[in-house]
Amino acid sequence: MRPFTYERARTPAEAAAAASRNPGAKFIAGGTNLLDLMKLQIEVPSHLIDVNGLGLDRIEATPEGGLRIGALVRNTDLAADERVRRDYAVLSRALLAGASGQLRNKATTAGNLLQRTRCPYFYDTAQPCNKRQPGSGCSAIGGVTRGLAVIGTSEACIATHPSDMAVAMRALDATVETVKADGTMRQIPIAEFHRLPGDTPHIETALERGDFITAVILPPPAGGRQFYRKVRDRASYAFALVSVAAVVQRDGTGRVALGGVAHKPWRVEAAEAELPRGAKPAMAAILDGAKPTHENAFKVPLAERTLASVLAEARG
Amino acid sequence: MRFDTPATSNPIDQLKVIGKPTDRIDGPLKTTGTAPYAYERHDVAPNPAYGFVIGAGVAKGRITRIEVSAARAAPGVVAVVTTLESAPLPNGPMNTATLFGGAEIQHYHQAVALVVAETFEQARAAAALVRVDYARQPGRFDLAAEARNAKPVPGDSGEGSGAPPEDRFGDFEGAFAAAPVKLDETYTTPDESHAAMEPHATIAAWEGDRLTVWTSNQMIAWGKRDLAKALSMKPENIRLDSPYVGGGFGGKLFLRSDVVLAALGARAARRPVKVALTRPLIANNTTHRPATIQRVRLGAGRDGRITAIAHESTSGNLKDGKPETAVQQTKLLYAGANRLTALRLAEMDLPEGNAMRAPGEAPGLMALEVAIDEMAERLGLDPVEFRIINDTQVDPEHPERHFSQRQLVECLRRGVERFGWTNRDPRPGQRRAGRWLLGMGVAAGFRNNLLTKSGARVRLDSGGVVTVETDMTDIGTGSYTIIAQTAAEMMGVPIGKVVVKLGDSDFPASAGSGGQWGANNSTAGVFAACVKLREAVAQRLGFNSAEAEFANGQVRSGNRAVPLGEAAGPGGLVAEDAIEYGDLAKRYQQSTFAGHFVEVAVDVFTGETRIQRMLAVCAAGRILNPKSARSQVIGAMTMGVGAALSEALEVDKRHGFFVNHDLAGYEVPVHADIPHQEVLFLDEVDPLSSPMKAKGVGELGLCGVGAAVANAIYNATGIRVRDYPITLDKLIERLPTLA
Repeated sequence: MRPFTYERARTPAEAAAAASRNPGAKFIAGGTNLLDLMKLQIEVPSHLIDVNGLGLDRIEATPEGGLRIGALVRNTDLAADERVRRDYAVLSRALLAGASGQLRNKATTAGNLLQRTRCPYFYDTAQPCNKRQPGSGCSAIGGVTRGLAVIGTSEACIATHPSDMAVAMRALDATVETVKADGTMRQIPIAEFHRLPGDTPHIETALERGDFITAVILPPPAGGRQFYRKVRDRASYAFALVSVAAVVQRDGTGRVALGGVAHKPWRVEAAEAELPRGAKPAMAAILDGAKPTHENAFKVPLAERTLASVLAEARG
Repeated sequence: MRFDTPATSNPIDQLKVIGKPTDRIDGPLKTTGTAPYAYERHDVAPNPAYGFVIGAGVAKGRITRIEVSAARAAPGVVAVVTTLESAPLPNGPMNTATLFGGAEIQHYHQAVALVVAETFEQARAAAALVRVDYARQPGRFDLAAEARNAKPVPGDSGEGSGAPPEDRFGDFEGAFAAAPVKLDETYTTPDESHAAMEPHATIAAWEGDRLTVWTSNQMIAWGKRDLAKALSMKPENIRLDSPYVGGGFGGKLFLRSDVVLAALGARAARRPVKVALTRPLIANNTTHRPATIQRVRLGAGRDGRITAIAHESTSGNLKDGKPETAVQQTKLLYAGANRLTALRLAEMDLPEGNAMRAPGEAPGLMALEVAIDEMAERLGLDPVEFRIINDTQVDPEHPERHFSQRQLVECLRRGVERFGWTNRDPRPGQRRAGRWLLGMGVAAGFRNNLLTKSGARVRLDSGGVVTVETDMTDIGTGSYTIIAQTAAEMMGVPIGKVVVKLGDSDFPASAGSGGQWGANNSTAGVFAACVKLREAVAQRLGFNSAEAEFANGQVRSGNRAVPLGEAAGPGGLVAEDAIEYGDLAKRYQQSTFAGHFVEVAVDVFTGETRIQRMLAVCAAGRILNPKSARSQVIGAMTMGVGAALSEALEVDKRHGFFVNHDLAGYEVPVHADIPHQEVLFLDEVDPLSSPMKAKGVGELGLCGVGAAVANAIYNATGIRVRDYPITLDKLIERLPTLA
């Protein structure tokens, strides 16, 4: 961990302004990912802006009939919220499938979206990594890749996004609300919030310098039966090999987003027309163009079979 | 005390304290966070500086340059010690990788420098400023590729599990060729990490040429010996102290880099220095259980009797390293007139492979006991029956050598009854509950009982308090408690009147903790010292020591009864002795046995395996404390689940290191993975093992579990996976097609 300066922001605009002033600044809320990365010198912020005092910890109804989730709402509180459990069950289930009770008590909504990858090569600073050190190369390609991405990859990076919550948000068509120092607000659809790696895997989101996330907005409830199936090597406290967030309507139509397969929560809206025909055609369309490695090729049939499990439960 | 004839009746047989389920006497310290582990010994060495170890970023090569000027100039830095400043430190007799010194890099994350600073954070920050340049060399990192270069070698796990390079009995090839039913399969097990909760950690302080290290180590006497050798010191100038150890599993049997670097750092800094290995260093800087490739061949008559049995294992290690002795149990577990075992070793450039809980048997049984399951199916026999048919009460290669006790058949029969084994459908893939395929598996557990010298000192004070001092360690096993029980039983006092002091090299040398030998040997050493103390008490009172009775805090002879404290007098009494063994272990084969039963559920969609139930029935001599023994066994069963389902150090075969070098990437089971576990101990006393008539259970609880899980997965799915761990990717292509 390198020495850093620290301040507490009092308003979202002030937080954004502080970030604009300090090129090496990072916001810190729960710190469940950032502090670990700082200890390993993977993140080396020169300045931390503590945003825990900003409020932003409420879940409010929107005039449109949705929910506005404050950026600092803790994962535990979000998962337990009665409206979330009733109307957005996929989100509650995704949250509870992630991390541990202690971590969920600290982790925030915005922070969860901004988690860094769990690619093991990203964590070993003796190894090249384009995400950690742009231009240094990707040591994962050709290495141990069992947990890594199968679609949307590039020659520069095959990392996955580790979040469960974001996968549910993607299925729910959430919107990320940000503010800049001058008070300008943006509404970024979750589909556009996370990026594919391309040539710049170190740029992971659509956030610009000084953008501060104030809330995540959920549209009115999608109805249907909602599922989050996370498949992993042990029953708890592990990242997804594959996860499926699904909203399935009575008529068999619905939405599907995948975790554990790409650099971002993976959803192909056009493929969802295949859902009523079953998991096989639907997943073939969702993962069309997948380029798995020898070690992670299993994720393709696994995704199909996991979706089949969800659809069977939806029918049952 | 020399133990060379079978034990007869002795005070332990009273079983007033021994054999009773007893809470850990150190439990309140542990649960209140007041048992000080090595890194938390805040009172022992004032004003310590903090050392941060830098591991090599390449697996093989030479260091050409280390640039430390930026680190030396960083805030708070007190000293920097680099590997180029000294020749390679000499290793102890059981290790191969250089802990520190010299320019040669033998494996990834070999320690190359230590940065010492006022705070841990400063040391860590400065360590990132050290620049190390390497001349890389190509290395050998892929066991499957190197196996063809493997050479026959003898094996000795250092924990009593040994085997010659090739051992033949009868005519294996002839009998195998002639056998009407045969099996020839190859099984692979991965590299595994001990992954103890407490990292390797040490505080070192010098007083002139005397060195004290407060550390976390299973084997105090070995540690003292090896540290003296590494630093070219006289052993008498070294003190090791390790009263609490947060898990070892074999990873702390030996001196590791934290100890030598704390000592070198303290010398450079001229003040005490504390060093803990960071989690990433533990996988690649310390030792691990090496991967194996095991071929098992079985031949049997249609009656189910094994006529030919062969087990060959190949593993890799650094130059001059040892093989994993995975075939050892196959020499003893089943009958059969024609036998072959063989060990081969490939020279490789991965970190040092060495002992991990039940070295040899743990991976060996993961192969053998699946082969037995497969063979039973080919013979149309229940796998329990097949094992019973092939039981032997003698060493198959030396029929004159009987087992001291062998209740494998009883373990299996009791388990069948208790587990409801008869509900198992022998046809795989038949039982289903919703989306879950259900199956049951069984395996035999086997682990030798090892006898090794162990000493203790016992003090009796005028208050009647008995204090035991021995360098025995408690690595979470319950040593404190069984030693207190032993002294209480021997001296006739309640357990609350016994104080136990462990882990200090100034105390008499003990067996230490390893090879599941700790419980029997260390308590036998305490027994020996207590016999001497009883004699001293009797002598002081003028009692005939053979007739004196020690009970209720008194010593009684005829009509005279004297409180122990009074007998001790104001100066107290001290006695010291050690248990030493004759040739009983040569004349009789001493082993422990278990039947492991497991029920699993496999998700028919995803191939996720979840354990439903586990049962271990163990026969391991007298159980000194059923409560802590059960804890040992359920912990070992949990480790077996990890070995079966998730644990593997993933090798980067290009760059030669274990990639998943933290507890997020190396997945040990969590609570949610472990269901109800039941442990039964058969009534057994083994008068050939020691005056305690006890044996070990800490490794027995692991031996066979992985195979029982694998066999249960087969029974659930019909899919036989011979490559551990059995992760879902190895099942998914062969699971039933979905509608």
